[in-house]
Amino acid sequence: MASTTDVKLNSYRTGPDDKGFFGLFGGRFVAETLMPLILELERAYEDAKADPTFQAEIDYLNLHYAGRPSPLYFAERMTNELGGAKIYFKRDELNHTGSHKINNCLGQILLARRMGKGRIIAETGAGQHGVAVATVCAKYGLPCEIYMGALDVERQAPNVARMKLLGAKLNPVTAGAGTLKDAMNEALRDWVTNVTDTYYLIGTAAGPHPYPAMVRDFQSIIGKETREQMIAAEGRLPDTIVACIGGGSNAIGLFHPFLDDKGVAIYGVEAGGHGLDVENGHAASMNGGSPGVLHGNRTYLLQDSDGQILEGHSISAGLDYPGVGPEHAWLKDTGRVTYVSITDKEALDALQFCTRMEGIIPALEPSHAIAHVMKLAPTLPKDNLLVMNLCGRGDKDLFTVAKALGMKI
Amino acid sequence: MKTETRIDKHFAKLREEGRAALVTFVTAGDPDYETSLKIISGLPGAGADVIEIGMPFSDPMADGPPIQASGLRALKAGQNMIKTLQLVRDVRKTNAETPIVLMGYYNPIYVYGNERFLDDAASAGVDGLIVVDVPPEADDELCVPAIARGLNFIRLATPTTDDKRLPAVLNNTSGFVYYVSITGITGAGSAVATDVGRQVARIKRSTDLPVCIGFGVKTPAQAKELASHGDGVVVGSALVNTIAASLDKDGKPTAATVSGVLQLVRSLSGALKP
Repeated sequence: MASTTDVKLNSYRTGPDDKGFFGLFGGRFVAETLMPLILELERAYEDAKADPTFQAEIDYLNLHYAGRPSPLYFAERMTNELGGAKIYFKRDELNHTGSHKINNCLGQILLARRMGKGRIIAETGAGQHGVAVATVCAKYGLPCEIYMGALDVERQAPNVARMKLLGAKLNPVTAGAGTLKDAMNEALRDWVTNVTDTYYLIGTAAGPHPYPAMVRDFQSIIGKETREQMIAAEGRLPDTIVACIGGGSNAIGLFHPFLDDKGVAIYGVEAGGHGLDVENGHAASMNGGSPGVLHGNRTYLLQDSDGQILEGHSISAGLDYPGVGPEHAWLKDTGRVTYVSITDKEALDALQFCTRMEGIIPALEPSHAIAHVMKLAPTLPKDNLLVMNLCGRGDKDLFTVAKALGMKI
Repeated sequence: MKTETRIDKHFAKLREEGRAALVTFVTAGDPDYETSLKIISGLPGAGADVIEIGMPFSDPMADGPPIQASGLRALKAGQNMIKTLQLVRDVRKTNAETPIVLMGYYNPIYVYGNERFLDDAASAGVDGLIVVDVPPEADDELCVPAIARGLNFIRLATPTTDDKRLPAVLNNTSGFVYYVSITGITGAGSAVATDVGRQVARIKRSTDLPVCIGFGVKTPAQAKELASHGDGVVVGSALVNTIAASLDKDGKPTAATVSGVLQLVRSLSGALKP
C-alpha cells in the first residue's frame, strides 16, 4: 500500500543495487589487491543463495547447533512496571555462544567452505563475534586468527579466554586506540597479504559490498522468527521494534523483514557514551557523525573536520565503533527508521533494571536498547506490542559492570 | 589524454635518456611542516624524478607500520588537507618542473569535498593522484572529474589483478601505472624479482604507459634490480623509516633528518643511472 509521500520508493527491502549501494551509502571502496577477492566473494554468495542445499544446511545448523528459534518472551514484570506498551524480548542471547553473532558465522563459514578457503580471519570488539568465529572454526577444523584491540582484550577477559580455548590465535592490536576499528584495519591488512587461502569473516553489517547485504541476510532470521512468533502469540505484527546499533548487525536482522510494514515503528539505539555533546565521547555515528568512507563503505562516521576518524567511546566494547552499516545510514536518511542514543549511565541503569525485573542479565549492548524501551514504553498505549532484541547475554560484561558500579568481584 | 602533464613530459624525457624513474614517497608534514617542506624541496636535487606526497589519514588500511607511523607523526604535528595543498604550493615556489603526485585514501578528500579538492590540487600544481581505496568501479566519483581538470589518475595494479580485470584497471589510468609488486601492505617483504618481471611484462602488453614498481623496495641494489623490469621504482617506507630513525627522543627533527633522507635518495638515484 504505497502512500503518496513515498511514490519513489515502493519497497525498503530491495537494496543494495548491483554496485553495492544503498542510495549514497555502501559501495566497494577497497584497495585494488582486494577488489578481485570481494568480486569473487560476491559471485560465490550469489551462487550459494540460489542453492537450496546451502539454505538447508543453514537451517539444520540453526536448529541443532545454534538452538534456534530463539524464544519471543513476554517481559511481564517490566511491562507492568513501565505501565505502557506490552514488552517482548527476542531472546537471541540464548543462542549458542551467547549472542546473535552465531547466525552470521554459521552462514559465512559454510560459504568459506564452499569457496575452498582454508584459513579464517576476523575482527572483534566485545569478543562476541570472535567467540562465534572461533566456535565455527573449531567445529569445522579450520585455523582461525582473530584481531582484537589491545584495550578490548583487557576489558573482555572472559571472551579472550573462550577464544583461546576454542583454538583461535588471538592477535592484540595496539595501533590507534586499540579498539574495534583498529582491529578491522589489521584484519584488512592480513587479508591483503594472504589473498589466496584466507576468508575474512566480517562480523557486522558493514564493510565493502557484499558484506553488508550478506550479513543482513544471515541475521534476518531474527526478524523472520519474530514475525511468526508475534503472529502466533498475538495474532498480528508488532507495533514497535527496538534494537541497539554498533555496526548494526542485530538491528538490521530484526528490522529488515519489517521495513515494508508501514505500521511498525522502528528504533535503532546508538551508544551515546558520555553524551553526544562530549567531543569524541560517544559512538553515535548517525546522531553525532557525518558521511565518509572507511573500511570499504560510505556511511556515517565519527570524524573530525579533516576526515580523520575519531575513536569514539562507549562503555560497551561491541558498540565502540566509529562507523555504522550503510543500510542503516540509508534508513536514517530515508526516515524509515528512527535512530536515538543512550548514554553509558542509562545503559548501566537499564542492565540492572532488566536483571532485577526479569532475572535476565543482558549484555551492555542490548542494555542500550532496554534503556530506550524504558523511555518509550510508558508513552505508548497498553495494546502497543513492542519487541526489543536482547541480542547478547551479560556474562562477558561482569567485570566492566562491577567496576562501574563499584562492586568487588 | 589530450593534456600533457609534467608526468607525461618527464617520462618521455627519461625514455629518451634510457633511464628508469625514481619515484619517492614521503608523507606531507612528517615530522613537521617546515622539515617536510625542506625534504620535499630537496628531493629533485637528490635525484628524485617524481615526488609522491602522502596525504595523512588516521586509518591507512593498505600501509604497513612505517607509513602508518609516518602519517600519525604528521597528524600529531597538525598536518591536514589544507596544509598539504599549501605544502604543494610552497614546493612549487622553487620548483616548476618536477612531477608531483598526491597519494592517500578517499575519506579526507571526500570530507574536503571532491570538486573543491580537485580544483585546489590542480591550481596548487599537483599533476596526478593515487587514491588507494577508489577502485575503477567508482571512477565517476573522483577519477573522471580529475581527468577533466587535466590531472593524471594513477592506478595501482597488483598480483591479483588478472587479465580479465586488467582492462578495467588500465581504463582511465594515465601518467603511469603503479605496479604493487607484492600482495600485502607497504614496507612489508621484498618482491621476488622473477615474478615481477613476468607480471610487468603482462601489464606492458596491454598499455603503452610507463610502469613503476613499488611496495617493498628498500635498498639501492633492489631498486636497480626492479628497475630493470619496468620504467621506474617507487620507494616510500625506506624513506619514512629514515625520518623516524633521525628523530630525537621527543620526536623532533635533528640535523640528520633532511640530510639522511636526501642521502638515501642520492644513493638510490645513483643505482638507477645507466
